[in-house]
Amino acid sequence: MKLWSFHGGLPSLAEHKNESVNLPIETAPIPKTLIYPLGQHIGNAAKPLVQVGDKVLRGQKIAAAQGVVSAPIHAASSGTVSKIADHLIPHPSGFSAPSITIKTDGLDAETDYTPHADFQQLTAPQLVDIVREAGIVGLGGAAFPTAIKLNTQSKAVDIDTLILNGAECEPYISCDDRLLKERTSRIIEGIEILLHMLGAKRAILAVEDNSPDTFSSIQEAINSNNNLAINATQIPTIYPTGGEKQLIQTLTGKEVPSGKIPTDIGIVSINVGTVYAIQQAVIEGKPLTSRIITVTGEGVNKPHNLEVRIGTPISALIDVCHGYTKQAERLVMGGPMMGFALSSDSIPVVKATNCILVASQHEVVTEKQAMPCIRCGLCASACPVSLSPQQLYWFSRSDQLDKAAQLNLSDCIECGCCDVVCPSHIPLVQHFRYAKSALKVQNHEKQLSNIARERFEAREERLARDKAERAERSRKKKAALKNKPAKEEIDAAVSRSKTKKNSIDNEG
Amino acid sequence: MQFLTSNAPFIAPQNSVQKMMLWVLIALMPGIITMVWQFGYGVLANIIICVSTALIAETIMLRLRGRALGPALSDLSAVVTAVLLALALPTLAPWWIPFIGTFIAIVIAKHLYGGLGYNPFNPAMVAFAILMVSFPKSMTVWVLPHSLLPTGISFSDIVAIVLDQQPKQTLIDAITAATPLDEMKTQLGLNQTVEEIRASSIFASLSGRGWQWVSIAFLLGGLILLFKRIISWHIPVGLLAGLFTISFAFYLLEPSVTPSPLFHLLSGGAMLGAFFIATDPVTAATTPKGRFIYGVLIGLLTYIIRTWGGYPEGIAFAVILINMAVPLIDYYTPPRTYGHK
Amino acid sequence: MSFFILIILFAALGILLGYAAIRFKVEGDPLVDKIDALLPQTQCGQCNFPGCRPYAQAIADGEADINQCPPGGEAGIAALADLLGVEPKPLNEDNGVEKATLVAVIDENTCIGCKLCIQACPVDAILGAPKHMHTVIEAECTGCELCIPPCPVECITMEPVTKTLALWEWEKPDTSQAKAKS
Repeated sequence: MKLWSFHGGLPSLAEHKNESVNLPIETAPIPKTLIYPLGQHIGNAAKPLVQVGDKVLRGQKIAAAQGVVSAPIHAASSGTVSKIADHLIPHPSGFSAPSITIKTDGLDAETDYTPHADFQQLTAPQLVDIVREAGIVGLGGAAFPTAIKLNTQSKAVDIDTLILNGAECEPYISCDDRLLKERTSRIIEGIEILLHMLGAKRAILAVEDNSPDTFSSIQEAINSNNNLAINATQIPTIYPTGGEKQLIQTLTGKEVPSGKIPTDIGIVSINVGTVYAIQQAVIEGKPLTSRIITVTGEGVNKPHNLEVRIGTPISALIDVCHGYTKQAERLVMGGPMMGFALSSDSIPVVKATNCILVASQHEVVTEKQAMPCIRCGLCASACPVSLSPQQLYWFSRSDQLDKAAQLNLSDCIECGCCDVVCPSHIPLVQHFRYAKSALKVQNHEKQLSNIARERFEAREERLARDKAERAERSRKKKAALKNKPAKEEIDAAVSRSKTKKNSIDNEG
Repeated sequence: MQFLTSNAPFIAPQNSVQKMMLWVLIALMPGIITMVWQFGYGVLANIIICVSTALIAETIMLRLRGRALGPALSDLSAVVTAVLLALALPTLAPWWIPFIGTFIAIVIAKHLYGGLGYNPFNPAMVAFAILMVSFPKSMTVWVLPHSLLPTGISFSDIVAIVLDQQPKQTLIDAITAATPLDEMKTQLGLNQTVEEIRASSIFASLSGRGWQWVSIAFLLGGLILLFKRIISWHIPVGLLAGLFTISFAFYLLEPSVTPSPLFHLLSGGAMLGAFFIATDPVTAATTPKGRFIYGVLIGLLTYIIRTWGGYPEGIAFAVILINMAVPLIDYYTPPRTYGHK
Repeated sequence: MSFFILIILFAALGILLGYAAIRFKVEGDPLVDKIDALLPQTQCGQCNFPGCRPYAQAIADGEADINQCPPGGEAGIAALADLLGVEPKPLNEDNGVEKATLVAVIDENTCIGCKLCIQACPVDAILGAPKHMHTVIEAECTGCELCIPPCPVECITMEPVTKTLALWEWEKPDTSQAKAKS
């Protein structure tokens, strides 16, 4: 199969896959509590459907989607709702946000599922509904509600290619790899469901060339499945080839126009974990309540690949891995390039969690002394989006955010390639994250000040109007007084009171 | 269990300024060894004086600016500047030439503009230009290659000359001469043809005797840097292509009174400039297209200064002048972002 | 001879300039609009003008300096300096200091419903009626503090804006160089 290449990237990034790639998936035990932050996907937070004290079953919907860009949340085991309150969330801000806490009863009783073994009979909108109701979001880490991605009926461009993203390019993570090795037939079935749903002409399942065994398993499964529309290919192991835009460029040579989505050029790209979840939702009728997670790093005694109930506190997973070692230094959700450090292991696993990396001191660098930028341009050669990180750095550093925006700061995928190659050890991605969030806040403040200006002008107008009306009224009065001489008014008033007095006397 | 947090990426950086500078020094070795082989130990004296002055000047400036010494000194950027200047200076220049030059390069051209990363002009070339203009006589006195010397120079003679101990003028006259570039320019001005000029013993088959091997050695070093991805190909290829093209064009027009393009490429500081001096990251253009244009402009300007300017070698002035154009070049050559036209 | 050539040349250039002045003339006073777009619209009057637009007009007329606005802060002064092509200068501390945006909060236990604060608010951000409870609409409050002096029972305080996840910002990385240990 013909492959293209993307600009830049880190071909020599140490992969650290050996720590976990040969560990088969084990099932993590049901934890004592399950915690569900209501905003664990892109879009609006879900709204709770249960109250404290309610009994829930596994697979029961406990929070409903709010609006189109949102997703429902389902309980991963049976138990009682113990709290609906703020809880620490897995977010770099370290904030707490409203979450539903369930105390499990250990029975793991399930709600009734509606399987659809014969998915070919369902229409695309029906299938999209199933995906939406199952609460499926992108499990590659982005957590975008998948139903919106798959709702391509109203789009102008027909979907030509379905890409299945099995290119796990971040170091340490091997959950997708194990899924592809162990549950291959179900993933192939998921691909068929997607092909039927999207009406795409072909599907390409891409894996990196550092796991030839996985590729053989996939090829075997595809050959026995006999669907000519499904292909698999190996792609060169260059970080970040698993990034959606870079993967699309590698497999099709096309670029997603800035500000647009792959659907606009007839492509849909889905992570293999999400495909598995879709298969489970359609064929077995099961909503998204568990996922595969790699727990690895020198900070745990025994790394594992685990099937975890979503909502499990991280501490429970560490227990499965025989606890922390003495060198545990950082608790990272995600990989070492794009993940973020968590402050506590009481934080729960959410739908987007693909890896928990407990890193020791020599697996991570926790502090870098930045030297001045020597303008070497290595950052620009490494950037997969062909940006000029150097220029963006100068503008972010001097708070010239508008100029940074002009240089396409918003196209930065925060992959970290520039950061790792910089010889002056400048924390480039940090600068860009700061600049992007500062721009967001700046735009918000601009909007607020525009509204304030409108309100101020409206108020000025109202006051001026009131003043003018008052002036008009008194002017009219004065004019009226001027027209009639005073004496006439007084005579008329006197005769009026005389008449009244007479009539009262007459009656009395 | 609680944890401290910090920001991604958590992977250790792959490169460092120190590593890059070390490779530059390693890549300069072939050229330095060839210079010693062809011209004697004088160049080592330059290097020793320049490097020690650079480290002292850097320390003083860092102290004055209140900066930590460790990271700034160990990144070797001052050492590289010093060595490049030492290689550009005449091999038996009196000690105060490299001393003053290095002082100018580190204090004025580097630190007074803000230190590493902030100087707009190449420090080694600024120092060279100032020395050239202020001490023209000392700067145009170059040692003849060994093969042309009647007898060898003894070590004590070298020391005496370097320490400016008023050695015998006859000794100096015997062992020094104008460079091949200088000779070519002067004689062309006296209406000689290239063929006649090339007959002189200071010329060899490719360019100047001795100098051609030094240039080839620097070319080799430059290829090492390219291979190790310390520099990108745009500036060297641009510079050499620019220099080649313009010299080839004039050569075609009037071959009898124009030195060949090969002569230009292998003379003077062309190779050293293309791979080591113009590629100084701080002062060069940053975008790939911009770098190529930057290289071409320097190549063109070098030829112009060499042929019609007031000095026999144009690299230093060309680099400084095109350094001025770098912000403009960068502004008009941004890379095309993914997803944009 | 060359004298006449010069005269003709200068005349031609003069005509060209005159034509350009008429053909490319810009109507109205867009400068005031541009300046007003850079001001924070707090309408607080700390600049000694009755609102942001009068201050913008004064800057455009050259009657006011660019460093009079505390809510705009250093960033605002820099933006004005950039627009007008002048050097930025430090904020005039006589007018106030730059501080994080605060919003007014009315203590409902103390409020007597006198309407004085409602009349004072330049953006009508206070909801209420005579003898009825008054409350500040947090989203519309610009933090100008003009409601505080008129209140006869001193029931209004300035509080920081509640932080939301949607508007959380990353911290700017430290860009200072390694300093020498003193």
